[in-house]
Amino acid sequence: MDYNVDENGYYGKFGGAYIPEMLYPNVEELRENYLKISQEPEFKKEFDDLLRNYVGRPSPLYLAKRLSAKYGAKIYLKREDLNHTGAHKINNTIGQILLANRLGKKRIIAETGAGQHGVATATVCALMGLECIIYMGAVDIERQQPNVKRMQLLGATVVAAESGSKTLKDATNEAIRDWINNPADTYYIIGSVVGPHPYPDMVARFQSVISEEMKWQLEEHEGRDYPDRIIACVGGGSNAAGCFYHYLDNDKVELIAAEPAGLGLETGKTAATTAKGKPGVLHAAKTLLMQTEDGQVVEPYSLSAGLDYPGIGPMHAHLFDSGRGSFKYVTDEEALTACFELSKLEGIIPALETAHALAVLNQLDLKKDEVVVINLSGRGDKDLETLIKYI
Amino acid sequence: MKRIKEAFEKKPDGLLSIFVTAGFPNLNDTVEILKELEANGVEMVELGIPFSDPMADGPVIQEASGVAIENGMTLKLLFEQLKDIRKEVSIPILLMGYLNPVMQYGYEEFCKSCQEVGIDGVILPDLPLYEYKKEYKELFESHGLANTFLITPETAPERIKELDSLTNGFLYLVSSSSTTGKKSGIDGTIDYLSRVKDMNLTSPSLIGFNIKDSESYKIACKYSNGAIIGTAFIKAIMNSNNFKITVKDFVSSIR
Ligand SMILES: Cc1ncc(COP(=O)(O)O)c(C=O)c1O
Repeated sequence: MDYNVDENGYYGKFGGAYIPEMLYPNVEELRENYLKISQEPEFKKEFDDLLRNYVGRPSPLYLAKRLSAKYGAKIYLKREDLNHTGAHKINNTIGQILLANRLGKKRIIAETGAGQHGVATATVCALMGLECIIYMGAVDIERQQPNVKRMQLLGATVVAAESGSKTLKDATNEAIRDWINNPADTYYIIGSVVGPHPYPDMVARFQSVISEEMKWQLEEHEGRDYPDRIIACVGGGSNAAGCFYHYLDNDKVELIAAEPAGLGLETGKTAATTAKGKPGVLHAAKTLLMQTEDGQVVEPYSLSAGLDYPGIGPMHAHLFDSGRGSFKYVTDEEALTACFELSKLEGIIPALETAHALAVLNQLDLKKDEVVVINLSGRGDKDLETLIKYI
Repeated sequence: MKRIKEAFEKKPDGLLSIFVTAGFPNLNDTVEILKELEANGVEMVELGIPFSDPMADGPVIQEASGVAIENGMTLKLLFEQLKDIRKEVSIPILLMGYLNPVMQYGYEEFCKSCQEVGIDGVILPDLPLYEYKKEYKELFESHGLANTFLITPETAPERIKELDSLTNGFLYLVSSSSTTGKKSGIDGTIDYLSRVKDMNLTSPSLIGFNIKDSESYKIACKYSNGAIIGTAFIKAIMNSNNFKITVKDFVSSIR
């Protein structure tokens, strides 16, 4: 079984580019160029240099002793929270801004949920001196104020998406509309492994630096370059794609994806796509999608703005469909508990998104010598306002 | 398919096609609007299948789509409403919409239902060409459904030629690179429109997006076989309590 994208842009039966003609030239330009450009030695050098000296990579692989003791396994945290801007998102925006530069684009747009991708995009736009417009759901603007202010401080214009559920899916619609209206000079930096081919593959490749580092870091710590399990949260699935990437074909590694159950799978207030979704087309990709019988997209719910999305990337739809990935569901409450637990046990306040991955530890039957890597996708500073309500 | 062909034969210059969202403004208005459009000389209708995430549409059609869903419109219900439409309306009717509702209804079922009620064609902007050619061309054609492709100012000439050879309906020339109802007019895109006109394509074509009044309609007619009006019509019927008068006034404001 192949878990990577095929030459037509599909992961099994998921993926593709379901775009209206208005976007065809843009997406085609990207499809023709993304591999060619990102494999040029000059590009790689610039990318690696920025990751090292600007983002602060490699990110540590930290053996969390107190957490390990509690759960009875060797639990490592891959510290993406220590990246510049506080999450894995910047790995992708560095890659895409370099690509946008080479394609001669002058205006950058992006969607954001929690605001982490928006901040990471605004950051690289400041770095390159490019105009930056961020679409963000009106509801998310309310619950992620610090990130809104950060984006503005970085010189970006934040535009509220007022349609639909006013969250990530609607911000994505608005960004796509902007791109349709400004096809020539604008580059759309998608923030996850979603959207039309080649985005899912491109974003996965830029994020794959996470598992690339894990290989040599595990070799150093454990004398073998793979763990028994990797756990990551999945909104669209970019941090999961990044930490799974170099292990997709290694059957010895269990790939565990944590999806947001919201208030609970059966409450109608959830964003657990693999539990509640069916194949469908949203944002130009065929994937699993929460929808009504009639094909209307159901408004998702999660306390965590970055996971509040009714679909998942096509790569993950395929990992689910093929059985290669294990999908677990974590409620708001379980995520909050895990968030407080890590803060007190290890002195690390994780993002609410990340806390979903941590909460999966409760659902596993762990053995003492097992090596588990949890992708600590981001830090919780942005969630303080939400978190203090529960202290 | 046949009705579309005949419509262009009968009216090769200045054909007027109106887009309206099914189930808008009220759930049961669609059949009456269709009848009024025909009564007022409109030559073709595109019925929009409402979708929750209409990514290529501007605020007006987004809103109409949302209202229709709220009203309870579904594809299944639409086909029920259109069950006897061919007893009352003879102009071609196309269904236009995003792929997902069609996919959930099932492509085969969808084609069957279209054929049963007498739908003549479909416009599915997010159905990729490769998938259409490989999986659906035969299915659509065997149910008498013409497929219509969009062309934009950025579409390359070779691709325009390919789309021209593939369509069995007409080519939908998107007036400018925009979502629906976004730009103020179409006079900024004359270069593109005359470039396409000079290609002497074999299929008929209509210009749509941002046609909103008699002036833009006239420009469209100069460069193609006619025009498609959506947003402006939706705005006109939005607050109407008498479609007889509203549709008549609207059509006579155009031509
Ligand atoms: C810290 C963090 N983790 C995870 C996510 C979810 O995104 P993805 O599933 O693409 O990794 C986000 C999104 O905002 C985030 O900020």
